[in-house]
Amino acid sequence: MSKRLTDIICPFCGTLCDDIEIDVSDDGKQILEVYNACAIGSEKFLHVQSPDRITRPRMKQEDGSWNEITYDEAAKYTAKVLCDAKKPLMYGWSSTSCEAQSIGHMIGEQVGGVLDNTATVCHGSTLIAMQDVGIPSCTLGEVKNRADRIIFWGCNPAHAHPRHMSRYSIYSRGYFTGKGSKSRKIIVVDPRPTDSASLADEYIQVEQGRDYELLDAFRAALKGSPLPKMIAGVPSEKIYELVEILKQGRFVVIFFGMGVTHSLGKNHNIDMAIALTSDLNNYTKASIIAMRGHYNVTGSGQVLGWQFGFPFCVDLSRGFARYNPGETSSNDLLMRGEVDGCLVIGSDPGSHFPIGSVKKINAIPTVCVDPHMTPTAAISKCHVPVALVGIEVGGSCYRMDNVPIDSRKVVDPPEGMLTDAEFLDLVLKEVNKIKGDAK
Amino acid sequence: MTSIHIKNGFVVDPGQGIHGDKKDIFIENGKIVKSLTHAEKTIDASGMVVMAGGVDIHSHVAGAKVNVGRNFRPEDKMQSTYEPYHGIRHMAGGTSVPTVFKTAYAYADMGYTTVIEAAMPPLYARHTHEEMRDTPILDEAALPMFGNNWFILDYLKRGEIENAAAYAAWLLRATKGYGIKCVNPGGTEAWAWGLNCLSIDDPVPYFDITPKQIVSGLMEVNESLHLPHSLHLHSNNLGNPGNYTTTLDTLKLSEGIKPNNNFNREQVLHHTHIQFHSYGGTTWADFESKGKEVMDYINNNPTVTCDIGFVTLDETTTMTGDGPFEYHLNKLNHLKWANTDVELECGSGIVPYVYSKDVYVCGVQWSIGLEMALLAKDHMRCHLTTDHPNAGPFWRYPRVMKWLMSEKARNDVLASMKNEDKVRDRSTLGSIDRELTLYEIAQMTRAGPAKALGLSSSIGSLTPGMQADVAVYPYNPETESDPEKIEWAFSHAKYLIKSGEIILNDGELVSNGNKKTYWVDVTTKPNRQVERDIDRTFVKYYTVTKNNYEVTEHEFMKNPCAVKIDAVQ
Ligand code: SF4
Repeated sequence: MSKRLTDIICPFCGTLCDDIEIDVSDDGKQILEVYNACAIGSEKFLHVQSPDRITRPRMKQEDGSWNEITYDEAAKYTAKVLCDAKKPLMYGWSSTSCEAQSIGHMIGEQVGGVLDNTATVCHGSTLIAMQDVGIPSCTLGEVKNRADRIIFWGCNPAHAHPRHMSRYSIYSRGYFTGKGSKSRKIIVVDPRPTDSASLADEYIQVEQGRDYELLDAFRAALKGSPLPKMIAGVPSEKIYELVEILKQGRFVVIFFGMGVTHSLGKNHNIDMAIALTSDLNNYTKASIIAMRGHYNVTGSGQVLGWQFGFPFCVDLSRGFARYNPGETSSNDLLMRGEVDGCLVIGSDPGSHFPIGSVKKINAIPTVCVDPHMTPTAAISKCHVPVALVGIEVGGSCYRMDNVPIDSRKVVDPPEGMLTDAEFLDLVLKEVNKIKGDAK
Repeated sequence: MTSIHIKNGFVVDPGQGIHGDKKDIFIENGKIVKSLTHAEKTIDASGMVVMAGGVDIHSHVAGAKVNVGRNFRPEDKMQSTYEPYHGIRHMAGGTSVPTVFKTAYAYADMGYTTVIEAAMPPLYARHTHEEMRDTPILDEAALPMFGNNWFILDYLKRGEIENAAAYAAWLLRATKGYGIKCVNPGGTEAWAWGLNCLSIDDPVPYFDITPKQIVSGLMEVNESLHLPHSLHLHSNNLGNPGNYTTTLDTLKLSEGIKPNNNFNREQVLHHTHIQFHSYGGTTWADFESKGKEVMDYINNNPTVTCDIGFVTLDETTTMTGDGPFEYHLNKLNHLKWANTDVELECGSGIVPYVYSKDVYVCGVQWSIGLEMALLAKDHMRCHLTTDHPNAGPFWRYPRVMKWLMSEKARNDVLASMKNEDKVRDRSTLGSIDRELTLYEIAQMTRAGPAKALGLSSSIGSLTPGMQADVAVYPYNPETESDPEKIEWAFSHAKYLIKSGEIILNDGELVSNGNKKTYWVDVTTKPNRQVERDIDRTFVKYYTVTKNNYEVTEHEFMKNPCAVKIDAVQ
């Protein structure tokens, strides 16, 4: 016998599908079948029962081998690393719950840490652009119910957000979009002919790194200004034609991804994309939405925002919050050698940071809190495996459009394993002890 | 819990009709009591004013748009000192959009203990509750928005009040909301197509209903549910020259509707930030005050209450569920613009704004708020707000009190304006010599809002039996003459007690308190049709499932306090 759990949230990508159904064994310990999720999402759920899961914290020995320790010992070690450091980096927070983030922030406040999340290497530039020019946006349901013109710019949802198109953006049928994909015109702008591009009504092959130029040309064309014959590899007639398509739409949405946030121009690309969206509002209704990657990277920015006032790169080392990406951002700090202790949680900089930063993480005392054995865990001094958030423990998380959803617990974690929040709680208590003793 | 004796203060308490008499206040088990045989703590309030904890009926302090305001304005943190972490005080920063910690500390410093978050998009309710949970000290509640909600538009279009009420009860429960908020009725839905509703007769696109029907319908719904608070309305046409006619048209919709509740609430309509809705003229060139006309109406109609939305002449961050307004404001000032349209429900916009006293329109806006409060005949029905942060940050309330209490302070500001003559010309403020008393200030800031919120049996007064929320201000009404002292004293409460717990002791924060969150749990007759409509709409049009929509008390709220109502009859 098995039981069917419904309304489960997939804790993989920023699409945050919340209609997942899961069959679990009668004793509630085993996932038998996952329904509605995409391939990546299903894999995420099924991974919890992989037989080689590490279930206890470990310290790395001189010879590189691991030695099992208790959670208490791991918490003591983590607290000491953070308290001893002059500028501890507390990085990640994207694959964990807002509750865990909140406890982490209180630790950061005590130890004078730098709190940074994975936006620092993905949509950080978007956050900076918002600070420059704002952001006219909407929830994904507005897209589903109203949007008749969709642009995917520098993103490939077919691979990165597989159910985005069916749940919200291309195929979904909404109130004013009853014909699903037939109600919409899809435009994909990307240097590569991606699988998403193959679904589009119009595919625009922009030259690599020339998004700013093309976005600027769209703005100029919208105002009826003359354009040179070719811009960023696109003929001007095409641009005028596209602008007409957009103007005639009732509701335009631009989705953009890391193809524009981290190509040449970075936040300036997004400034321009947002400005184009604002301009479009002179003719019709238009919104823009960032394709956030990790399922709760958005939540990290939210909690940091309401507690400290900034969405990422928050430096608490002087006793109050400071924010200056480029100065207080993880890679800049690591590269400059300013970080002397590190806690990584809910992310894998070992796979995604430049090699120079990875070497620094390897060289300083680093604790990695992660259910999986990742490249980051491999270069850390201490690896603390924890229950998987969104599968073995619930918790609040925010979708790419900032809609908060409470993730649900599906199965128990392996016997004796702590959650992120429980482990961070232990660390906070240890930090309080150290700080109390020091007074 | 400590028993406390507050000795010899000048007690100002409209709830008991006390006008500053020297009196003692006693506290035991979190409540005000008549007397004490032995007090564990005695506070000598000699030469100081003692009032109930302040109650803010309308402020934007928690939730999605507030957080966009914080995150998209790093420069806001530069406008004032970022307070470092020490003792039990968390780091706290931000000026017009403070962090949750600064919000709590700054309200506490002003002697405030209860704050209503005035606009909660239902789909973002969890976010609002998460922020409120992280805001220490203050008792809070949030008002979900109904005025552009598809269910409501559909039911009211067909005149189905009972169905609208059943849905409203469900939504209050699902979002753990406190009352019915309505922002730019119909206009924000129109804004989803780039349009707006500027008069109460402008039809809402597709839905074929008018703002008039929405406002009238929601008032009826509110009374049929016997809610503690009335309809909380931000009417159409906010911020535009000549809008006072829309305001009067809207206020008149309350005529003939009777309050129906067990909470001692007498109004059927609370119109918020009325200053923004009392403008004359046809363009910004002939812009002028119509504050008198609007306040005359309110003075004569006891079933209407209002809060003002005083302009404080600061740089601030405007934010409202009135999406089209923010778009147009951005067209005026060309600063950055954020907007979020929320599926099936509402929307919001955010634009930074500088109210410069050298810009004559800002000067007139400043005059209108003060003029209206000074022309008000009943300060139980006219509340002090800045529509934080829209007309100015809430921590300027003490400055507003100074302006209200001192003609000299007002004249000093007028005299410092570049366009003094023009500003004087466009409102009657300069000719008003009225100075409000501490009693009237207490009506505007505690007794009145508590009553309008339906909370007057527990807060807003020092009557024995009430929740022990008490503020002690270092201000001696018998000896002080300098208006500056008013502003200083009301920004620096010497003692603050919340639910019997000392929060500020001799001006020092000593506790983060035991905040609670109010919500309204109203039972209606089972309504199969509405249940079916909700189920069907979630499946077809929302992007979250119905089961993932509801805010659960135990996960998201600190000390939830459900106001239970039986509206089955
Ligand atoms: S699209 Fe993203 S959230 Fe949805 S099931 Fe796939 S991985 Fe999970």
